[in-house]
Amino acid sequence: MADKFDSVVVGAGPAGIAAAYTMAKAGLNVLVLEKGERPGAKNMFGGVIFRHQTEKIAPEFWKTAPVERHVVEYQYWFLSKDSHLLLSHRNQRFNDRYNAFTVHRAKFDPWFAKLAEDAGATIINRTTADDVIKENGKIIGVKTERGDVLADVVVAGDGVNSMLSKQAGLREEIPPNAVVLAVKEVLALPKQKIEERFNLKPDEGIAALLVGWGPGMHAGFMYTNRDTISLGIGVSIRDLDKSGQRPNILMEQFKNHPSIAPLIQDTELKEYSAHLIPEGGYDYVSRIYTDGMLVAGDAAMLVNAINWEGTNLAMTSGIIAGETIIEAKKRNDYSSRTLANYKRRLEQSFVLKDLRKYREIPTFFSSNPYFFTLYPETLNELAYMWHVVDDDTKAAKMKELKSTLFKRRSRLGLARDLYHIWRLFS
Amino acid sequence: MTAQKALSIEDKLYRDRFKVDEEPHLWIKDPKMCLKCPFNFVCIRVCPTDVYKWEENRITITYDACVECGACRIACYDVGWKNPKGGFGISYKYG
Repeated sequence: MADKFDSVVVGAGPAGIAAAYTMAKAGLNVLVLEKGERPGAKNMFGGVIFRHQTEKIAPEFWKTAPVERHVVEYQYWFLSKDSHLLLSHRNQRFNDRYNAFTVHRAKFDPWFAKLAEDAGATIINRTTADDVIKENGKIIGVKTERGDVLADVVVAGDGVNSMLSKQAGLREEIPPNAVVLAVKEVLALPKQKIEERFNLKPDEGIAALLVGWGPGMHAGFMYTNRDTISLGIGVSIRDLDKSGQRPNILMEQFKNHPSIAPLIQDTELKEYSAHLIPEGGYDYVSRIYTDGMLVAGDAAMLVNAINWEGTNLAMTSGIIAGETIIEAKKRNDYSSRTLANYKRRLEQSFVLKDLRKYREIPTFFSSNPYFFTLYPETLNELAYMWHVVDDDTKAAKMKELKSTLFKRRSRLGLARDLYHIWRLFS
Repeated sequence: MTAQKALSIEDKLYRDRFKVDEEPHLWIKDPKMCLKCPFNFVCIRVCPTDVYKWEENRITITYDACVECGACRIACYDVGWKNPKGGFGISYKYG
């Protein structure tokens, strides 16, 4: 092994591997350190990887990568205690041009890491790098249990709990309102049963977001894989604390919801997992560059919680980090002056543009939790009233619907909410 | 239709694969603070795998059941948290 690398990448996830691949392909001497026994061993997500960004590294990757199903339908569930209202979008164009794929990270990440390895990067598993080495205020490498590793630039792709950003002094602890605890179960069900239950053809899948089932700002998620269903919940640490509920109890309540239970009936639990998601948005993105170090992916808090995007931001930030380092090597300047290009380019890309556009949304939703409680509940009530047939005239029904709605939320409040939503998104 | 049988944390963790290190990667920085915990034992409440328990006037930590999510670390600054040594801890088969 070389004494010193052009770059040492910590974390073999989508961000780290995208960076390593980009640099190795350009001929840089790259070392990737992964704390798990193999890439993906510590990783969990909903979730999906996206075609567009993944293809920047591996064109037509679905032909060889261990993907589960391509998403043909997006579902939005509004739950009340014993009912649901479902909005869904299925489109055959998602069959003609794939948009996203469900994957299991423990299977996909090793495949993805192999691409970087094939491009010339060295990957060492079972190696935790929790601290940086500094010299004259500049980061010159990382400390591991196996010894120090020196590099011109460190790429911290070490995930949401990024010890490196903390040690480098780039961020404080994440506040409890800016981070969501996701708990997930992988539930096995034969392939054909999944296709029957979700009305899918082979290889087709669904991605579902579910709101309104618990106290405060909670959301559930459901993804179909080849012969498993990924089902989970996400709750901010702050709301979890306030609710007084235990994560596993919430998960069990969610699974027993009368609209969910039939979908997962007769499944077998294969794995229980938990992970944090940095959902605070733009205002919580930490400092992502310093002399000798760049931070990418979850470690930089690059998650778009509104559109449920993360892996694509991770890959894009990894690629841009890699390109920034290639440029820095040409100039032989690894100071923050050159590395600031990374931030600049992220600001010009969808990554920080999207987060900036949505910057007020996380705060808005967390201070207006009725979007996750009152509205789903009310929508279900209105839908129920609309469908019940009795001797009432339709005019009387409409009047009752309106009074039910305005009893729960005043006209003014409703108008204000609509205005805010409009303003946040436009 | 039969209701889905509720599983305990122990039942669930039985499905997961861990390689347990001899050295804990979780600790309480100042155990005295726990005696007057200002957060109503938030470590116990937010942990998805019931790692923390209050026993005989102190927090006990079953670190071998930890899936390394970091919730406790965010919720309470008295929790000491580091990544397990390379190759140890949770090892997801699916993820």
